Amino acid sequence: MKMLETRWGKFIIEVVALAVIFTLVQYFITAGIFNQYHQITLTSMCINIILAVSLNLINGFTGQLSLGHAGFMAVGAYVSVVLTKFMGMPFIVGIIAGCLGAALAGFVIGVPTLRLKGDYLAIATLGFGEIIRVILQNIDYVGGPAGVVGIPKLTSWGWLFAGVVVTIFVIQNLINSSYGRAIISVREDEIASEVMGVNTTNYKVLAFVVGAFFAGFAGVLYAHYFYIIKPETFNFLKSFDVLVMVVLGGLGSTTGAVIAAVFVTLLTAVLQAFPAVRMIIYALILILIMIYRPQGLMGNKELSVKILGRIWSGKDGSFEDK
Amino acid sequence: MRISRKVVLVVLMLFMFGIVAGCGGKAGGGEEILVGINAELSGAVASYGTNARDGAMLAIEQINAEGGVLGKKINAIERDNKSQADEAMSVSADLVGKGIVAQIGPLTSGNVQGCTLVMMDNKIPLIAPAATAVNVTVNEKGETLDYIFRVCFIDPFQGTLMAQFAYENLGAKTAVILKDASSDYGKGLAEYFKKTFTEKGGKILAEEGFVKGDRDFRATLTKIRGLNPDFIYVPGYYEEVAPLIKQARELGITAPMGGGDGWDSPDMIEVAGKANLNNTYFTNHYSVQDQNPKVQKFVKAYKEKYNKEPDAFAALAYDAVQLLAQAIKDANSTNPEDIKNALENIKDFEGVTGRMSIDEQHNPVKAGVIIEFKDGKQVMNTRIEPK
Repeated sequence: MKMLETRWGKFIIEVVALAVIFTLVQYFITAGIFNQYHQITLTSMCINIILAVSLNLINGFTGQLSLGHAGFMAVGAYVSVVLTKFMGMPFIVGIIAGCLGAALAGFVIGVPTLRLKGDYLAIATLGFGEIIRVILQNIDYVGGPAGVVGIPKLTSWGWLFAGVVVTIFVIQNLINSSYGRAIISVREDEIASEVMGVNTTNYKVLAFVVGAFFAGFAGVLYAHYFYIIKPETFNFLKSFDVLVMVVLGGLGSTTGAVIAAVFVTLLTAVLQAFPAVRMIIYALILILIMIYRPQGLMGNKELSVKILGRIWSGKDGSFEDK
Repeated sequence: MRISRKVVLVVLMLFMFGIVAGCGGKAGGGEEILVGINAELSGAVASYGTNARDGAMLAIEQINAEGGVLGKKINAIERDNKSQADEAMSVSADLVGKGIVAQIGPLTSGNVQGCTLVMMDNKIPLIAPAATAVNVTVNEKGETLDYIFRVCFIDPFQGTLMAQFAYENLGAKTAVILKDASSDYGKGLAEYFKKTFTEKGGKILAEEGFVKGDRDFRATLTKIRGLNPDFIYVPGYYEEVAPLIKQARELGITAPMGGGDGWDSPDMIEVAGKANLNNTYFTNHYSVQDQNPKVQKFVKAYKEKYNKEPDAFAALAYDAVQLLAQAIKDANSTNPEDIKNALENIKDFEGVTGRMSIDEQHNPVKAGVIIEFKDGKQVMNTRIEPK
């Protein structure tokens, strides 16, 4: 069994695990065990995971409070829809263009605003997110406020799964690289890292662009599943939804972002049946978690099978208040 | 403080299992007719959804009190779509999985469009109470979507109604259009007003526009004053229309003015002023003041149950449920496919929002009402049948 502990061994285990998950869900869908409702919930879940993990890179790892994530999602969605629906190009072209479009928007917005800090940056990104929405509202080509209806349904479980895996893989590897160390140093102490020779603006823009890129990816997948997109879908409340997931999961924990995205999606789905108390229950659960886990569900820890085992046997302190 | 982590983990796991179990669908019972209500009960337009839900529930209660349809009671499953198209889609998939025979709602056009795919895939009819955009029941090629119906008239139709009213009831021979050029709503209404008004022999002297957010209309209004029209048509929303009317009257324009249901707001009277609003009219789906006994019976029952006045959304949702019940009776079946066929053949159905027949594009052919502002009160002027 020694072989499995080497780098290649771990890699093989991961690939096998992913293949098993993919095949299992694909089987559930083909066999009809997952009905349409489950599939829609699954789709929302995957899109939310991509959004939360990518925003976590900006908010959690880089420590820059951005409230414009829905705006990048909108850019991805609209760019891809123009290509696939209006120009009849294949889905893959839509995906690439949507992601690059969002990344470009992230770059254009990031360069001037990332000179700002804290509250100022939050307000500037919020403003830019809204500007994107208002611009879309005024372009008649894409339907103005009524949006685009009748988008072909091209998002499949395969694309969703690939989206989630690629997002997590790229962001995790970025964080664990020397770039990632620099990015985290910006969060920990911007002045100190600058003194150490880290070009903080560069790294902030890098994180911002990568985050926007994947938000665009989420937008593409969203648009090609839900049949209709309109500017109102991508208002600042959508950005807050994602922010809630990131904070809930723990700023700076990819696992946390994933768990929170899954949790929030399921919670929303379940509460559909209780319209009267929906918002109360939702808010109460969030408040309770924030009181008992102010650092978020995962803090800044990542989850692996090893740690799961330790939590169960009581050797790790991650479930006690410090 | 140390919370036992095993307890926390177990509770979390139980919660997750509960969620997964809760998602499981149940098959529809044989003795009940399951109807889904997919409404905006929270979020941006929660007031539309809540009133519509109340109207629909009243209709279901009344139908069940009279013995149900085909001897079976209607059982409604209500779900909240948070006023979002993606949630609306998820809700309709959930409802379809539970075995509904038809869905009532959502209210806004975009959210109905969110449900379209699910309803078409599963061949379950959807009746939209208040989705007025033209492309709700047809796709971009102009083909009718088989399973999507509505009980409200489409936006542009209000322009036709107002042109008929201005020409025939007010005796206007010339008119000026001053439209909200930033919305499809304003443009659509203006287009159909112009078409009908000129067809009848009237003359459009000028067509002016404003955009959302404008507050000063004096320049345009001064120009219109010089033309001295018999009637001014202002299709737009109350935010702009209210100050516009105030400024028109201040400039000495006394001609009657008209608009669409975008005028329907208490803010109109507050901003424009009671006296300025005299001699202005707008089209709407229905009026609580309609003396038709059917309407009065509905208004009374609604007030008794909910202690508030039914608005157009409540009335339209009430009609949507009654229309569905009629279709089930006509079909003599609770099979969604039979219900859909019966809905397509509805003729002269008497609803509280008027008598309607479903046309080949699944839109109702029905009457609208003209509401007049009289000393700061909305008074029903007349009911206009389409020609």
